[in-house]
Amino acid sequence: MSLRSPIGRVLGYGAAKEGVGHWWSQRVTSVALVILGLWFVTALVRLPDLSYALVTAWLAQPVNAVLMTLLVATTVYHSKLGVQVVVEDYVTTAGTKVVTMLVLNFLHVALGALGIFAILKIAFGASA
Amino acid sequence: MNSTTKHPRPLSPFWNYRWQYSNTLSILNRLTGCALSVGLILFVYWLIAAASGEASYANAQTVFAHPLTKLVLFGFSFAFFYHLANGIRHLVWDTGRGLERSAARTSGWVAFVGSVVLTILFWALVLAGGAA
Repeated sequence: MSLRSPIGRVLGYGAAKEGVGHWWSQRVTSVALVILGLWFVTALVRLPDLSYALVTAWLAQPVNAVLMTLLVATTVYHSKLGVQVVVEDYVTTAGTKVVTMLVLNFLHVALGALGIFAILKIAFGASA
Repeated sequence: MNSTTKHPRPLSPFWNYRWQYSNTLSILNRLTGCALSVGLILFVYWLIAAASGEASYANAQTVFAHPLTKLVLFGFSFAFFYHLANGIRHLVWDTGRGLERSAARTSGWVAFVGSVVLTILFWALVLAGGAA
């Protein structure tokens, strides 16, 4: 028999059995995106134009490539967490909810993979 | 109690609260978030086009130069700045600060007006730089 009290065993666990994991991840990615988002918008404004040559040369810079990779990864994760809450709120049928979430998860992972691959291809492929 | 009897269920606050600024800003945060999730497709399309070579990037540029796409991009930029500003507001609330009625009202105004100003400033700078 465990010596832990019943309240001690359930504290920190909601019905989902994973406590504040989702909520906390959403906050952590929010803070990261404040920094990465402002960096990206500033960089966009500072580029003289968005021509092929300038954009690929900019993406080929190591720091830009890494920050862009982090931006895509964090955005996709943050978006997945946010959209999940919306689905949980408005899709009431269990089966539809699971299928919707599955499709959205696949889409998010695909978008993240495509975005990151594109950045890395430019970064590793360019001679600049 | 008969389990088949229909009992009036309590309504969600969403149904019986007066419509006001706080829930407008709240739903706008969710709407802009969903819009940005969709906008992610355009963002990744831009990156893929750049990685696929000059010809496909030129194609993407004609897509982005279309007035309708410009309008959509303008919408996404507002969604970005609003979600950013109101997101910071939410992060401050998470620390337990700024929840009083007057403080929440002020920060709401700052977030909304601030995001409108940032959107205009962003496009002014982009257009001045010739990036669009």
